Amino acid sequence: MSRQAAHPPSLAEGFPDLSAMPIARQAHWGRILSAGAILAVLAGLIHAFATGQIAWKIVAQFLTVPVILHGIADTVIMAVLAMALGILLGTIVAIMRLSPNPVLSSVAAFYTWLFRGTPLILQLLLWFNLALVFPVIGIPGLWTGRAVDIMTPFLSALLGLGINQGAYTSEVIRAGLLSVDAGQYEAAQAIGMGRMRALRRIILPQAMRVVIPPLGNEFIGMIKSTSLASVIQYPEVLHSAENIYYANSRVIELLLVAGFWYLLVVTLLTPLQMMLERAYARGTVRPAR
Amino acid sequence: MNRPLLAIRNVRKTFGSYVALDGVSLDVMAGEVVCLIGASGSGKTTLLRCVNQLARIDGGGIWLDGALLGMRERAGTLHRLSEAEIARQRLKTGMVFQRFNLFPHKTVLENIIEGPVQVQKRAPAEAREQAMALLARVGMAEKAASYPAQLSGGQQQRAAIARALAMAPMLMLFDEPTSALDPELVGEVLAVMRELAASGMTMLVVTHELGFAREVADHIVYMDRGTVVEAGPPSQLLLAPREARTRAFLSAVIA
Ligand SMILES: Nc1ncnc2c1ncn2[C@@H]1O[C@H](COP(=O)(O)OP(=O)(O)OP(=O)(O)O)[C@@H](O)[C@H]1O
Ligand SMILES: [Mg+2]
Repeated sequence: MSRQAAHPPSLAEGFPDLSAMPIARQAHWGRILSAGAILAVLAGLIHAFATGQIAWKIVAQFLTVPVILHGIADTVIMAVLAMALGILLGTIVAIMRLSPNPVLSSVAAFYTWLFRGTPLILQLLLWFNLALVFPVIGIPGLWTGRAVDIMTPFLSALLGLGINQGAYTSEVIRAGLLSVDAGQYEAAQAIGMGRMRALRRIILPQAMRVVIPPLGNEFIGMIKSTSLASVIQYPEVLHSAENIYYANSRVIELLLVAGFWYLLVVTLLTPLQMMLERAYARGTVRPAR
Repeated sequence: MNRPLLAIRNVRKTFGSYVALDGVSLDVMAGEVVCLIGASGSGKTTLLRCVNQLARIDGGGIWLDGALLGMRERAGTLHRLSEAEIARQRLKTGMVFQRFNLFPHKTVLENIIEGPVQVQKRAPAEAREQAMALLARVGMAEKAASYPAQLSGGQQQRAAIARALAMAPMLMLFDEPTSALDPELVGEVLAVMRELAASGMTMLVVTHELGFAREVADHIVYMDRGTVVEAGPPSQLLLAPREARTRAFLSAVIA
């Protein structure tokens, strides 16, 4: 037996063992430089705003006056109700759009086309001024009323925002429904489910995972769209801010107050969305590494 | 002669101008296992989907347990049944898919009791008890609380078989139940199907597993281009095929 054969196959010379040598930390010069530049710009901006024509005391003073607090409450209430209406309509329209019945799918396509194709502010004004078209509205034989009494700023804003939102939401939900594998629908049918039950029990819960992030986006958009309802006298926060600065001329200060509240509400939404996402992530496990 | 549990007569199915099933006829007696073999695109899946009414036939007729599927004859004309009536007829068949199609947002147990509780309106406690018995039967009792994504392909397919069985169907349809599986997982699924066949379940199985077909099938049906070319007991069809096309297919598959 030769000496060679007793050893493992030999490795080539000239490649030292580096396993004991420490690895130095990399210096990220690019990061340090860009951070410095951004800090300088920020400092400049803060200085500009601090010394600019803004009375920060007035901003602080109006931040929590009752009119503004009512305004932000009305903003949030309207956004939640209009979004709920939008999701309800959007779900129905998305299901109609995917229906094999050509009448239903055309009606759904028409709705989306009409309400996405015209400016929201125009729709709000039309709802608010409905009395000019139909002085009396109601269900024939059951109940009627004068349109001017019924189409209050609240109802006009709710219908305008909600129905418009439904047109956008229907496309988000349709994308979610299409993302679910066709085999899921067949498996549901194979255990005797009808179309509606399969949608409700099997398809929609799976579509929710895909739908929540864009719906979160839509909801943030809705919070800001409620400001358009100020044109029809709905007392949301921007409308309240306007009313105050018409009286005291502190335009910028009150706009900053409104801006602060919008930012705060939108910020609070993020953890809410994460909770929803987690709830609908059931059954999606990543393989262990 | 006995009435077959499933009778398929002269069934046609077209996709646009393409004829996927061109006058297929075939019988499955109660308790029998019939395996469908044939080249890709020959219409095997389409035939199963027609039996389960996931696809609508364009001609001919399918009878299950004596009842015409999907249609009703009135005054010499056939009228299609409503969605609800078709859903009710589907309860008599169980379907196992090539890609399992378990509901990913539900645990294995929830997958199995979904049909019994939601469709058959059975009491959840009773459905759960029956589901656990079925899971034990397919060797999956300890995976009842797992989600499909946590299971191997073989385990998912066994759970899918249990889900179909939970509806107490009189006929089980299998569409290449092992062809999406890694080779080492095929055996466990075939073992469950073998046990099911031995228990007397009537089965119509599309498969490329000729060994399984030879061992378990009472009849093998060879399909080509939407027609039944030849049918017979395994010993005859596999070892002494009469038709040249069957011989060509078998030699290509075995080679
Ligand atoms: N939805 C459809 N639309 C159009 N053509 C289809 C549709 N489904 C099936 N076909 C066609 O019908 C023929 C039969 O398909 P089928 O899936 O039944 O074949 P198969 O025998 O199951 O094949 P495989 O072994 O590959 O699964 C194929 O040519 C296929 O392209
Ligand atoms: Mg197939």
